[in-house]
Amino acid sequence: MSKLLRRREVVAKLLEDRGDMMVIAGLGAPAWDITAAGDHDLNFPMWGAMGGAAMIGLGLALAQPKKKVLVITGDGEMLMGLGSLATIAVQKPRNLYIVVLDNEHYGETGMQETHTGHGVDLAGMAKAAGFAHARNVGTQAGVARLKSMIRNGAGPLFAQVKIDAQKLPLVLPPRDATYIKNRFRIAVLGPEALHDE
Amino acid sequence: MKAVATNPSGPHWADEVHALLKAAKIRQIAIVPDAGHARLIRLCEKDRAMRVVRLTTEEEGIALLAGAWLGGEKGVLLMQSSGAGNCINMLGLSLSCQFPLLMLVTMRGDHGEFNPAQVPMGNATQAVLEAIGVIVKRADTGEDVPEMVSSAIRLAFNTYRPLALLIGQRVSGAKDFRKLTESVSK
Repeated sequence: MSKLLRRREVVAKLLEDRGDMMVIAGLGAPAWDITAAGDHDLNFPMWGAMGGAAMIGLGLALAQPKKKVLVITGDGEMLMGLGSLATIAVQKPRNLYIVVLDNEHYGETGMQETHTGHGVDLAGMAKAAGFAHARNVGTQAGVARLKSMIRNGAGPLFAQVKIDAQKLPLVLPPRDATYIKNRFRIAVLGPEALHDE
Repeated sequence: MKAVATNPSGPHWADEVHALLKAAKIRQIAIVPDAGHARLIRLCEKDRAMRVVRLTTEEEGIALLAGAWLGGEKGVLLMQSSGAGNCINMLGLSLSCQFPLLMLVTMRGDHGEFNPAQVPMGNATQAVLEAIGVIVKRADTGEDVPEMVSSAIRLAFNTYRPLALLIGQRVSGAKDFRKLTESVSK
């Protein structure tokens, strides 16, 4: 058994006592992971739109500056949206936290390798883009510190968490994205969310 | 080729569009710049009720504005037609979730274009956006732009759809784009 962190344990830890924190998950395993931790009205698991998770987080963070936004995504998804690291760093949203679960593989398509197993340092790229906090995480203690930084510290924060490339049973969120959207908006904005002018 | 001056003494379309966006409480202004949008971008940058978000590629704007809507804010994506192709897969997000999305697209490769590289994407812009399921409208004179923007705002946000309003190259003028940038930067 690998000594690497296990993705669902990391996600469960980060989402413990989440309060009114809003959570966006990139397509594939991160979406299954946040669902495994407990389906939630303030979850927005993605079924597609690869490369867009961090930017959805930015739009949400700017719209709701008093609430925390946590984006949990994979290395392949983040690699497809690298430019968004620059866009986010320039906007400096104090309530946005991005966690990349890095298994160095495209897990949904046959476990092909990604660049992160060949020296590409996503946290280093986030730091160079201008993220105030950018870190690599590889231990349980590191995950506990990361959780504390998300709960108590200001963003924008970027963390690249090395995890085991394990294949796990799927835990699927609802597949109707209009339901996920409306459920989320009602949880954030109240029932009037559906009667917006 | 001269720009088709609509009414030189009347208000500039960009001033009217800025007022329409403001009245519609549109707050997040996602941009990949185009000379044709220079005046409108400048107005939005000066407006404290608006947040201009510069993007590295247009598809970031599709995701940004989905997040904005999740949090109860409206936005607009200002871009050039050459960015339309960059958006196609990400538009699946707007379509599958029924997010409203307003895109104001200034055309290149259109009326009197001089740059051959602009023509393939410009010529295909309407077709590719329609192929993925975006509603496409078009304005070809400065006078038309405000009314078309007004109706585009209503259609996009009232019916939860991605909509692109193409602003034809006749509006800003095929050869005057450098001059246009200079005039607003003074």
